[in-house]
Amino acid sequence: MQTLDTLEAGDRAEILEIGGEVETVERLMEMGVVIGTPLRVTKFAPLGDPLEIEVRGYHLSLRRNEASAISVQKI
Amino acid sequence: MSVAFPQNPVVPAAPVSPNAPVVAPRTVALAGNPNAGKTTLFNALTGMRQKVGNYPGVTVDKKEGRCRLDDENEITILDLPGTYSLSPKSPDEEIARDVLLGLREDTAVPDAVVVVVDASNLERNLYLATQVLELGLPTIIALNMTDIAAANGRRVDAAQLSHQLGAPVIETVALRGEGLAELRAALANEVPNPRPPSLELPPQLHQARAHLAAKLAELNVAAADGIALRLLCGNAKYARIQAYFGEAVARGMEEAQAMSGVAPERLGASEAGARYAMLGAIAQKTIARPQNDAARSFSDRADAILTHKVWGLAIFAFITLLVFQAIFSWASYPMEWIDGGLKVVGEAVKARMADGALRDLLVNGIIAGVGAVLVFLPQILVLFFFIGLLEDTGYMARAAFLMDRLMARVGLHGRAFIPLLSSFACAIPGIMATRTISNRRDRMTTILIAPLMTCSARLPVYTLMIATFIPATRFWGIFSLPAMVMFSLYLAGVLAAMGAALVFKKTLFKGPPPPLMLELPPYKIPSIRNLVTTMWERASMFLKRAGTVILAISIVLWFLLSYPKIPITGAPDISPAAGMHRDPAGKADGMAPIVEAPSDGAENDAKSDAEKAREDRLAAAQLDYSFGGRIGHAIEPLIKPLGFNWKIGIGLIGAMSAREVFVSTMGTVYSVGEADEESVSLKDALRGDKWPDGRPVWNTLVAVSLLVYFVFAMQCLSTLAVVRRETGGWKWPLFMQVYMTGLAWLASFAIYQIGSYFGWGFK
Repeated sequence: MQTLDTLEAGDRAEILEIGGEVETVERLMEMGVVIGTPLRVTKFAPLGDPLEIEVRGYHLSLRRNEASAISVQKI
Repeated sequence: MSVAFPQNPVVPAAPVSPNAPVVAPRTVALAGNPNAGKTTLFNALTGMRQKVGNYPGVTVDKKEGRCRLDDENEITILDLPGTYSLSPKSPDEEIARDVLLGLREDTAVPDAVVVVVDASNLERNLYLATQVLELGLPTIIALNMTDIAAANGRRVDAAQLSHQLGAPVIETVALRGEGLAELRAALANEVPNPRPPSLELPPQLHQARAHLAAKLAELNVAAADGIALRLLCGNAKYARIQAYFGEAVARGMEEAQAMSGVAPERLGASEAGARYAMLGAIAQKTIARPQNDAARSFSDRADAILTHKVWGLAIFAFITLLVFQAIFSWASYPMEWIDGGLKVVGEAVKARMADGALRDLLVNGIIAGVGAVLVFLPQILVLFFFIGLLEDTGYMARAAFLMDRLMARVGLHGRAFIPLLSSFACAIPGIMATRTISNRRDRMTTILIAPLMTCSARLPVYTLMIATFIPATRFWGIFSLPAMVMFSLYLAGVLAAMGAALVFKKTLFKGPPPPLMLELPPYKIPSIRNLVTTMWERASMFLKRAGTVILAISIVLWFLLSYPKIPITGAPDISPAAGMHRDPAGKADGMAPIVEAPSDGAENDAKSDAEKAREDRLAAAQLDYSFGGRIGHAIEPLIKPLGFNWKIGIGLIGAMSAREVFVSTMGTVYSVGEADEESVSLKDALRGDKWPDGRPVWNTLVAVSLLVYFVFAMQCLSTLAVVRRETGGWKWPLFMQVYMTGLAWLASFAIYQIGSYFGWGFK
């Protein structure tokens, strides 16, 4: 088990748990990032932050900070 | 923000009973995710017949338009703010929910809803769509961007989707106008109430919803389940529920929240988990998966370059410079035309009207004031053209993605980059552009620091000071001191803005830094119609709201600088030397307040130098005598520690309207007539000015002190007017004025006092 920000570009993973601020968690879940959702890390920004994931058919960008609160399982 | 509560609870006007007759709708609301093409659809349906108003009590635009469906039917379309769900996290989203639930007194529940769904991104879009369907209003799903979905190999079975959702689905490609005829036809007839798929909630939440729904059903509210869920999971306040639904429902909600087994603020997350389980199943049945799942779409390939470590940043830098160039120099051509045009009008009026107060008001107050407003139009149009272009194509999100790290360092959002960049040309369009920042704290911070970016109006002042008082020494062969000074002024502005952002984020707008969570939509061909509509919209909003305030303030300033009029004696020609004699009030370098009678009809004759000089002295004396002049004298004690005298004080008063006015005001105060920053006579006049004790007023240190003052000071009533419009009140403009003036005073004070201590003044 690891957190989303520790993955590398190209990695696929499944969401295990979402932590962080209540409002952030709710917004993430409303956008489709829920427990069990498969995702793929597409890239990190040139300056290292934020990172971009592909989930449910679209691209979402998150800061490392937010990503560090999301536990994932590499698949 | 306070909401006026009605005396008696108002039951939302959703269909009162499931058996109520359904008729063709009159008002249709447009809902959907951001980037789903809602705006494109709205523009396609309403064309130019749009108006932008305001929802009372919040700074959210109310966009409405008229749409002709066929020969007999015309409807009003209300474009709701784009949102990902009906559990609001911002005032924008709250409006969307409140309108659909009938919680807004100023807006009746729409007769029907069209939910714009992005076919290439179905599941997430269905999140909002299913929430809307559960409200029971007659709803049509506009399955948009089917072309992109097909190109990505994710074709959606519209018929199956309609079956699953229990509502009509119309395929559209709004950008190309496809499907619009079918949509209009559907809206011209009865739109059925939806039969949404049932949402399986965790047991406790299910019971909680049932409890609240029962209370609503007692009031004959249809779709009680859907509405109950929205109230439960949307952090709706007790007082509002009580006002709109009554005591029983409000208490019912509290009881339901207790029953749910989850803290009220976590209910939204519970719903999300359950809803996506449902949506996953629907997606399975309606989306044809591509053979090759790893097929890279056009967007992916484009992003490989556009967000590339090296190329991405390089292209971004290029685009940034392009936008800057456009606002800074290309827009200056139309600005000069406008300026020139107004001068012509001004001259024409001067020639045709008799001398007097009315002519003065018209020429120097009103036309000048209108000019002050119109001159911003080219920059606003150019900026919003580029913003529209970048936003519509989808590149704007990439820009925010690239810049976020830098912006986050000072507590700003990646989307703050473009507004701040534009502020280098002019803070006004920059501040208007902060609308793209949805988080209020981020947006306010960006607005408050935007004027610190060195705007182009400061340049005439910088140029004058540097040319007059900075020696043109060169060092290291290529760098000249004047250029270095100019550069450091720009740098100072940027650093000040960054510093202010940090401070604001730690104090006024404290709170957990809002998350980024930025969607990077697929690249799209921009819609010209959208671009033109946005430009038009922004321009007319500026003219109407900010323009009226700017005009009013310009007139007030004109009044302050023109009145009271100097009493004129009947004495005939006084020799040119007359202006030099000592003034009874004892100001050694002042001008006598008494001058000769004006010559009639001399306006159109060629003027002799002596006459011009006399007029210049008259103008200077008038300025000194006016309210503005008196204020200048009055504030001299305040600005003396900065190295400024009362003439500079008057200049600062004049500069309150616009920074570049400082130069022309200086020209008048020093009686050199019309002066600009190149004017040799003005430069000489400055160097020659002396304090009562004989010391020169101006030297390099004073110039630097003034420059520093201009870096930080808020001297632009037009900006204040725009900030008022964007923030909905005078509180923030006032704060901005105070904090920036304070900053300017302190910085200037520090520079001058420290410099004087070290004896740098008399280099």
